[in-house]
Amino acid sequence: MADLDKERLTWMLTQMLRIREFEERVKRTFTEHEGVIRGHTHLADGAEASIVGALATLRPDDQLLTTYRCHGYPIALGTDPKAMMAEIYGRRDGLCGGYGGSMHLVDPGRGFLGTSGIVGQGIPHATGAAYAAQIRGNGQVVLSFFGDGASKQGAFHEALNIASLWKLPVVYVMENNNYNVVTRVEQEDANAAAGEPLAVKAKGYSMPGVTVDGGDPLAVYETVGAAVERARSGEGPTLVESLVYRLSAHGNIIAPPGVPLHYPEHEAITVFGNAEEYEAALRGDPVPRFRAKLVTDGTLTAEEADAIAEQARDEMQAAVEFGLASPFPAAEDAVKYVYA
Amino acid sequence: MAHELPYIAAIEEAIREEMERDESVLYFGQNIATHENDPFLKQFGSDRVRVTPISETAEIGLAVGTAIAGFRPVVELYMAEFMLVAMDQVVNEANRFHYMSKGQVTVPLVLKAGYGFTAGWAGQHTGTIYGMFMGVPGLKVCVPATAADAKGLMTTAIRDDNPVAYFHHYLLTLEHGDVPDGEYAVPFGEAAMLREGGDVTIVAIGWCVGQALAAADELAAQGVQAEVIDPRTLAPLDTGTILESVAKTGRLVVCDQSTRHGSAAAVVAAEVAAEGFGSLKAPVGLVTALDATVPYSQPMEEYLMPSEAKIVAAAQQVLGNAPVAA
Repeated sequence: MADLDKERLTWMLTQMLRIREFEERVKRTFTEHEGVIRGHTHLADGAEASIVGALATLRPDDQLLTTYRCHGYPIALGTDPKAMMAEIYGRRDGLCGGYGGSMHLVDPGRGFLGTSGIVGQGIPHATGAAYAAQIRGNGQVVLSFFGDGASKQGAFHEALNIASLWKLPVVYVMENNNYNVVTRVEQEDANAAAGEPLAVKAKGYSMPGVTVDGGDPLAVYETVGAAVERARSGEGPTLVESLVYRLSAHGNIIAPPGVPLHYPEHEAITVFGNAEEYEAALRGDPVPRFRAKLVTDGTLTAEEADAIAEQARDEMQAAVEFGLASPFPAAEDAVKYVYA
Repeated sequence: MAHELPYIAAIEEAIREEMERDESVLYFGQNIATHENDPFLKQFGSDRVRVTPISETAEIGLAVGTAIAGFRPVVELYMAEFMLVAMDQVVNEANRFHYMSKGQVTVPLVLKAGYGFTAGWAGQHTGTIYGMFMGVPGLKVCVPATAADAKGLMTTAIRDDNPVAYFHHYLLTLEHGDVPDGEYAVPFGEAAMLREGGDVTIVAIGWCVGQALAAADELAAQGVQAEVIDPRTLAPLDTGTILESVAKTGRLVVCDQSTRHGSAAAVVAAEVAAEGFGSLKAPVGLVTALDATVPYSQPMEEYLMPSEAKIVAAAQQVLGNAPVAA
């Protein structure tokens, strides 16, 4: 990784820790501040290496669109976590003023053009943004993040076909976490059932398809980086299958008002009774794994790594406090922004 | 100054003029610009004019993405029903992002869709489905009835910063009309008062406008002065003009090619019942398609559809007049 100096590697670990600490606090809010988070919230813990490794390849003017599991990306892009937490708490100072919530974070000034809460439907949006980039012709690249489940949606197939046909500057990053809510990938995916990687879907659209260890930010950086360069040079899209393991359940429990919300255990345990799978994933947790690598190879001292972690904890605790202190939006503002 | 054009050419004129005026306007969709002599392709090039695969979700989804990224796409969808294949993109994606982002992004795009092709196209290509979209927050809906409005509403649709579903009627495709020269924009939410009269208000939508005007002529011959209003856009809907007219006439007939339940006509009737009940001297008359799939065979197809005769009969009904013998 010749082009990743100490500063860059430290940046990567820092962002991974910031995402983890943010998500820890979102999760804890359910028990420590009951009722503050409403609806359905999805966490990125376990995917930090994949997110940071992918975003580390981008230029400042590149863009991305993602799914509803969207907290990790803006943190790495530099969006203020205070505004993000306030949004998740439905507050006036939230990133979207309480109009969007956990699933609909957006920060267009940093290239984060938005999310779709409907599985797979953001893939054509990213493809459209890539069409816009192609017209502008200034070398911008768009990253499209989605999960393995989305590759069973027509939107995925339609968009990949057009992107390859038009040689659009887009990289499709499929975070394959092996589960579509509580359905295992081999229960719903013909490639997985046949023992093949999901990246083979790229073959159907005459584009490269690669599978990478999404727990290793350097591997992701290398793989996505090659795809980004390919896209930037006008050669068209790539499908990158990034193997990740989400360390939380799909989302918090779905319950009617009055029932306190919380995060259940991972579906491997609650549905499939496979605690071993989950424990193995914990042992391979990408955040301590990358920290250990940087300390072992001398990039950072243990003290430096601890200091980064402590700073991230303080920062995200401050985000919680900011979110809790922020007032609610005025109720009558609910009819603003319907039309531009 | 004006020039005479068929309805469909007036739409194309608006798209062409807007593409000349604004480089951010794109035009793509199925079965357009497939050969190098295509006039749009020749004039604007393949960056801005593209044929797409038959992939409505991707076509409309790409439009959303290009719009968020700063362009103004017009998507050629041919038939309104093809939008149903991509319903999520139309009613749950394009229309939501401005709101959910507290205005941080805008999604200016136009979905150009033909509808109501009751000329033997049978059950799946004849639907009058604009009513399904008029209650969708964030989406605008236009239904031009004349060549001039076809141009003027398309111009406004392209300039609007919101997603717009633009429904043009297939049976009006070759109807000629005077179209203003040069830039011509018809504002959204302003109904056209096509004929003034004090006895009964007829609100007619899209294809039914021509029938309503013919019915008004027939009623005039019977001594009844009908006021004919074309809302032109269903979202926003100019209820003010309709309520003012009903305050004057006290009687209302609404004509719409949609099936009755879920029609735009039902919404107009509800608005008048809610806001103008005191003006009404008789129940509202609804002339809509009957609640059935459009059949292939011509007599059955005609039986379901609104017509001049049905509008005349409805007006007589709300006026309390017995049908006039020939």
